[in-house]
Amino acid sequence: MNTATVPASGSIRRRLIVQLVAGAAVLAALLFFVVQDLSRRLAENAQDNVLIASATSISDAMRVEGQAITVDIPYSALSMLGSVSDDRVFYAVLIDGELLTGYENLEGPEGGGAATGRYAGDDVRVVAVERTLSVAGTLREARVIVAQTRSGQQAVRATIAQVAATLGVGFFVLSVVSGILAANAAVRPLRRLTGSIARRGPDDLRPVTAPAPQEMLPLVSALNGFMERLKASLSRSEDFIAEAAHRVRTPLATVRTQAEIALRRVERPENRAALREMIRAIDESSRSAGQLLDHAVVTFRSDTLEQTAIDLQTLAEETAERLAPLAEMRDIDLIVAEDSMPAPTRGDPILLTSALRNVLDNAIKYGPEAGRVTMRSYVEDQYAILSVEDEGKGFPDGEQALTGRFARGANVGGIVGSGLGLTIVEEVVSTHGGQLILRNHPEGGGACVLLCLPYLP
Amino acid sequence: MRFLLVEDNQGLADAIVARLELDGHVIDHAADLDTAAAFSDSTDYELILLDIMLPDGDGRTFLKDHRARQTETPVIVLTARSEVSDRVNLLDLGADDYLTKPFDFSELEARVRAVLRRRRGAASNHIRLADLGFDPLSGTLSIAGKTTQLRNKELRLLEVLIAAPDRNFSKAKLVDRLFSYDDDVSENAIEVYIGRLRKRLEGSGVAIVTTRGVGYRLTLQ
Repeated sequence: MNTATVPASGSIRRRLIVQLVAGAAVLAALLFFVVQDLSRRLAENAQDNVLIASATSISDAMRVEGQAITVDIPYSALSMLGSVSDDRVFYAVLIDGELLTGYENLEGPEGGGAATGRYAGDDVRVVAVERTLSVAGTLREARVIVAQTRSGQQAVRATIAQVAATLGVGFFVLSVVSGILAANAAVRPLRRLTGSIARRGPDDLRPVTAPAPQEMLPLVSALNGFMERLKASLSRSEDFIAEAAHRVRTPLATVRTQAEIALRRVERPENRAALREMIRAIDESSRSAGQLLDHAVVTFRSDTLEQTAIDLQTLAEETAERLAPLAEMRDIDLIVAEDSMPAPTRGDPILLTSALRNVLDNAIKYGPEAGRVTMRSYVEDQYAILSVEDEGKGFPDGEQALTGRFARGANVGGIVGSGLGLTIVEEVVSTHGGQLILRNHPEGGGACVLLCLPYLP
Repeated sequence: MRFLLVEDNQGLADAIVARLELDGHVIDHAADLDTAAAFSDSTDYELILLDIMLPDGDGRTFLKDHRARQTETPVIVLTARSEVSDRVNLLDLGADDYLTKPFDFSELEARVRAVLRRRRGAASNHIRLADLGFDPLSGTLSIAGKTTQLRNKELRLLEVLIAAPDRNFSKAKLVDRLFSYDDDVSENAIEVYIGRLRKRLEGSGVAIVTTRGVGYRLTLQ
């Protein structure tokens, strides 16, 4: 069998997986950034709210006493900031731009609100709250600035980023796994179809009936249609071969019977001799037609070799039983040796039966009357072997030359034969990867035919 | 014996009928299933030869009906199909044997003989002559309570001779009956089998007598 190589135009499964994984990666990255951004903003908002509350409480604590403005920084204003983390807190209270109390050079956003800036070498979040105070009829602008370093917030953000990353990676891994599973699931019906067709023997041309997904139905029905046509064409060929042999042999059988009837009536020796000669010629034609049929079947079936498990011992026993009536005609005992053992191989049962039958036909035909034909199956050197021995004259020298088409041994005497038999056997055996060995029995001198087939338990 | 042949190919059917009649059987020939059913309803046959592909149906239907009626008549199927599964199927349906067309007539003859022997019980067709008991189907001789098994050629020789005691058979006739035309035998080969059969018949009160220049005959002593 030869398998034509079809160029692969990419893999559906791989393409599906790549697409799904790429999508998952983009989504995971997006998830990571969105979560991180959201967490940054939430953390900032929280800090801003505390800072504003703190600044507001400081600003609320400002008093106008006579001409002066005093501020008594409430403890809670700073403690509420301290409770969040170890971050350092800075504050400043300015009246019309003049520092009333607090840290110098602390700058907040103009007009209030929150901003990010630097102070004393640290990143700080800074808020400003403004308030107008009336001191002895004059309006004074008071400004409260509270700042806090951001290391606590950054720690929170790092934790959240880690969680976001874990989440993103987890999401990615999950998507990849489910992507691969989905791709496999998508390809599985295709594989199942391939498997169910690949497992079939070459003669199994039944339509595929296993359920297939809707997308694959056109493929399946195209395949079924193809197999239908192939089957029709194959059976036409086999029928044709059988029909041809049948057409040749039936008229021959009629003529033979007429000749036999005539032979019973005539008495003159020369007429009898002529009729006998005629019957022999007819038998030869008929047998040749049968073997041509066998040969055609072998050639035909070899192209699509079936692989069934076959035990040569069973084959020998079945064939012995089947051919017993024929062997009996010449009082020949057809036996399977007691010491036979199972000899498993694989192949086409019809071909192997046909080969064995041809060997046995020879043995029955050329072996002596009332003799014995022994079959023996055994395993040796990785070969499953079936040997057939008779007690006849054996093969003449150069036995292997006998397997050529229409070759016959020189010592066959007056026995009818076309010489196709061993050719058929040889072809069947070599088609199965085996070997046909012909030799004469070292002691008895009878023919010994060995069908050596690959040992395949 | 009476056989029924169901076969639609006229040429093949004629040949089979002629051939089996040579062996002294009576053959009814049906070319389709209807005729076959009519024949088998009205007559008891000893053997049915059945083709599978017939103009009005499948021979396997006939086989199934036949077996459903509990009839013991053995059936040999003649089939053009060579598929193994078909063979198994046929034997499951109750066929006793099968022949794949095209077949050798010697094979048909051998299988008919084998099936009849297998199917029929002992004593079914027993011939008694003096102290000799002879069952042609099983090929056994019994003389004074002692049973011996004949070999194929001895059996066929005795069959011919015992069918017409005291009639002379020429060597040529006997060779025709005993040997296939494939065998290149001289007429003297028959003497070997006559000799063997004589030994077998010792003490039975039946003997084979040589008539010089004419042939052999079976006679009571």
